[in-house]
Amino acid sequence: MAVIEIANLMKRYGELTAVADVSFSVEDGEIFGIVGPNGAGKTTTVECVEGMRAPDSGTVRVLGLDPRRERAAVRRYLGIQLQSSELPARLKVWEALDLYSSFYPEPADWKRVMAEVGLEDKRNTAFGKLSGGQKQRLSIALALVGNPRVAVFDELTTGLDPQSRRDTWALIRSIRDRGVTIILVSHFMDEAERLCDRLAVLRAGRLAALDTPAGIVANASVPGVDRPTLEDAVLALTNDPR
Amino acid sequence: MTAIAKLSATESKLFLREPIGVFFGVLFPAALILVLGSAIPGFTDPSKDLDGARPIDGYLPIMLALAIATVTMVTLVSALTGYREKGVLRRMATTPVSPSALLTAQFVVNAGALFAGSGLAYAAAAIAFHVQVPANVAGVLLAFLLGTGAMGAVALFVAAISPNTRVQAGIAAIVYYPMMFFAGVWTGPVMPHAVRRIADYTPLGAASQALQDAWVGDWPRPVHLAVMVATAALFGTAAAKLFRWE
Repeated sequence: MAVIEIANLMKRYGELTAVADVSFSVEDGEIFGIVGPNGAGKTTTVECVEGMRAPDSGTVRVLGLDPRRERAAVRRYLGIQLQSSELPARLKVWEALDLYSSFYPEPADWKRVMAEVGLEDKRNTAFGKLSGGQKQRLSIALALVGNPRVAVFDELTTGLDPQSRRDTWALIRSIRDRGVTIILVSHFMDEAERLCDRLAVLRAGRLAALDTPAGIVANASVPGVDRPTLEDAVLALTNDPR
Repeated sequence: MTAIAKLSATESKLFLREPIGVFFGVLFPAALILVLGSAIPGFTDPSKDLDGARPIDGYLPIMLALAIATVTMVTLVSALTGYREKGVLRRMATTPVSPSALLTAQFVVNAGALFAGSGLAYAAAAIAFHVQVPANVAGVLLAFLLGTGAMGAVALFVAAISPNTRVQAGIAAIVYYPMMFFAGVWTGPVMPHAVRRIADYTPLGAASQALQDAWVGDWPRPVHLAVMVATAALFGTAAAKLFRWE
């Protein structure tokens, strides 16, 4: 069953076409990655899924719902972690989780979510005093506290040290194992390769490839490289002269 | 607990953790009364110009109007636009919570601070300068509540349409200073007739007049009540409609 269906999505900002024509669907229980260079339309695509932006043409459906027209309903099922967002500096970790869980009709137990992301010992720490990694973990927790069916993570591990990145990957897998469908926007090919079941490679607002990470590597033509990595393959796809 | 109740409780805690907000919202009106009462010669003595009344008795309702303007146009507006600039609103926009829940919570917190601050100011004036209980307590409370509602709605409207703190500070200043003028902050209770006729139709001018009328025992005049109710309804609705998370 497709949880998210995108058909012929197009979005312009003035003269600039951010997304020209993108279609794909995300299946239930998948970890679905969206990769591509800056300006390829990754964030715009997920913002249309989240209902933060209205497509100029094409359709987006989340669990069969229109994220713009049925915004409130979609928000209940969608957990979102933004590329950059803040909380009030003096808000404590537990207060943030408690507050955000009150926004949802059937929230998860925020204490369990806090334990899951490993912030129990920081429960009384103010947001402004958290380290970058801890802020990131709180941001993930806030995306999960509404008990979502779909979670969207944009730049999940940017700014994290190697150990924190691996811990975060383990966390994402355990969330998926509970049945949550995950969309992951990433610049990191190692992350995409290890986590994602399938990848959409975007180039200049269009789909350059849609396959498993292994499939993308196998089908890539990377001249002069014996055993291309996913990064080689994606770079070859996105640098291709049009 | 509902989102509005939880937001109000959380925003109250955050408010109390911000010393500057607590000072301006809660302690400032009382401090101002005490300073003016002690520093200005004759402020607490019967004055021949006022038919034997004391200036402080006439100024106290104007002080309350000033407190309303400061808490709404400064504290409330900057709290919301600060949230917008820092991306706090953007984060909240990803959840099912409605803008009106946030606006309501912000209004509740700031109105609470305002009531506490004004109560404190009155208590300070009563203890230090023997200011009497207002002659029409119900009328004063009504004028104060409606004045808070009207100015709160204007503040939410400014916050709803301001893209950043720079624009917000500009708009708030354009509203705040003339409002204080029409409330009689600089002219005192005795205002030139023409100014007063304009002031009747501004929300803070109406609040100030209504407070002054009730203070001496009259009921607020219908025109003042109508101006405050209309302002609250019009700007409150517009704020909820025009509010942008980003």
